[in-house]
Amino acid sequence: MASAIEVSNVSKEFVLRHTRSIKEAVVWLVKGRKGDLSKKFHALKDVSLMVETGETVALLGLNGSGKSTLLKHISGVMLPDSGSVYTRGRVAGLIEVGAGFHPDLSGRDNVYLNGAILGMTEKQINERFDAIVEFSEIGEFIDTEVKFYSSGMYLRLAFSVAVHTDPEVFLIDEILAVGDEPFQRKCIAKIQELAEKGKTLVVVSHDLDLVSRICARGVLLEHGNVMFDGPISEAVTRLRN
Amino acid sequence: MTTTISGELTRPGLGGGFRDLRQSSFLLKLLVRKELKVRYRGSVLGLLWSYVKPGVQFVVFYVALGVFMGLERSARNPDGLSNYAVYLFSGIVLINFFSEALGNSARSIVNNGNLIKKIYLPRELFPVASVWVSAVHFFPQLVVLVIGCLFAGWHPDMFQLLAAVGGFAIVGFLATGLGLLFGAANVYFRDSENLVDMLLMVATWASPVMYSWTMVQAKLGPVFFAIYQANPITVGVELFHYAFWYPTTDGSAAMPPNLFSLWLPIGLVISLVVLVLGQLTFRRLEGRFAQEL
Repeated sequence: MASAIEVSNVSKEFVLRHTRSIKEAVVWLVKGRKGDLSKKFHALKDVSLMVETGETVALLGLNGSGKSTLLKHISGVMLPDSGSVYTRGRVAGLIEVGAGFHPDLSGRDNVYLNGAILGMTEKQINERFDAIVEFSEIGEFIDTEVKFYSSGMYLRLAFSVAVHTDPEVFLIDEILAVGDEPFQRKCIAKIQELAEKGKTLVVVSHDLDLVSRICARGVLLEHGNVMFDGPISEAVTRLRN
Repeated sequence: MTTTISGELTRPGLGGGFRDLRQSSFLLKLLVRKELKVRYRGSVLGLLWSYVKPGVQFVVFYVALGVFMGLERSARNPDGLSNYAVYLFSGIVLINFFSEALGNSARSIVNNGNLIKKIYLPRELFPVASVWVSAVHFFPQLVVLVIGCLFAGWHPDMFQLLAAVGGFAIVGFLATGLGLLFGAANVYFRDSENLVDMLLMVATWASPVMYSWTMVQAKLGPVFFAIYQANPITVGVELFHYAFWYPTTDGSAAMPPNLFSLWLPIGLVISLVVLVLGQLTFRRLEGRFAQEL
């Protein structure tokens, strides 16, 4: 098998700036750079992670451990300060569902817009449109503006678009916690189906029972370091203690 | 290392600049359509606003400048500009296009911050889509202008129509370049959008939109007039005058000297240089957009 994701020695430092105005920056310079205009902290420290094609990996850790940051490096939203990230094939993220939705557009328009944002071509969206609507159970409301949708409907449509993008590598960040029970089960079944098809999955979630059902491998992060990398059951046990 | 589904290993997040735009042309189209749909949502007049606003602007300027301040040629004011209404409006539509394009593209990155923070896509799309939307809004104004011109006895030749295309291209490139530059800078310092607002105010008066270029030449002298002429917006406005206003006059009005042999190429080159610089700056800064927004 070939690797799908190669993360080598990635470090990322965040600068927490306290100002967004030139005036304050100039005043700070004039005053002889007294005090700190910015604070730095390490979000990722020398992280390496190899994921083979078809693997299902869960990134675990407490809040602020760097899971989402790592995911953003894999998707290309962020670039590493040092080290390198390589991916193979198309990567699509279910990173906060509905980020690409516009409330004033109809469900139909949003399917097209979001599909294109996630990298689908016009032809692909046309072909999969019916499947997307059917999976989302939106039915006749597809031509209603999404601002009138309930949060469940919104989520279902967004999730449905994302799972139909058919990428090689699927990134999922903390989205399975929402939606009602039946739909959640449907989502999980869909994700498991993707995994069986040989898609690579990288999941971030705090729902430990859920990730242990979906993923085979667990990577435990703490303050930007990889603490453990191995079978999911062991990773979950470690995190719980 | 044999797998069927995969291609080569690639580094995510490294944009290819304008090359990405061709691949994402479908997304660009959808973004433009979204902006157009969202712009006048919930308003009764809808797209009519694109006609009403410049129309009112034109009347105000025409009455204040043309009539009160005496720029319009009349029996009592033989030194004025003939067909001042057409003169004024042909400049206004171009400035409106520039203002809208630059103003919106400078804000486009911050306004789409939610998306940029979460999903990777070529970020140039947002400023470019803003310019595109402005071009769509420019169209109805152009229609109004042409109708006005026809009433004033407009009979352009091919060359004059090409001059309009040239003027539009110069201003479009300039707006895109500055939009990329200020759009990227705005992520780091929100002062950028205020700077743009100020710049736009200056731009309106730093080109012969309301007044005639001869007044500038008379006051400034050759050196400063050359600087004035090197402004791509000035060139664009003068090209529009040449295309829309000049063919409605008796041809006795003077066009700026060397407009086609010197200033048109200069304006085009400056605009393209700004475009390239804007794109380079944008690419340097875009790597950190996600964490700065």
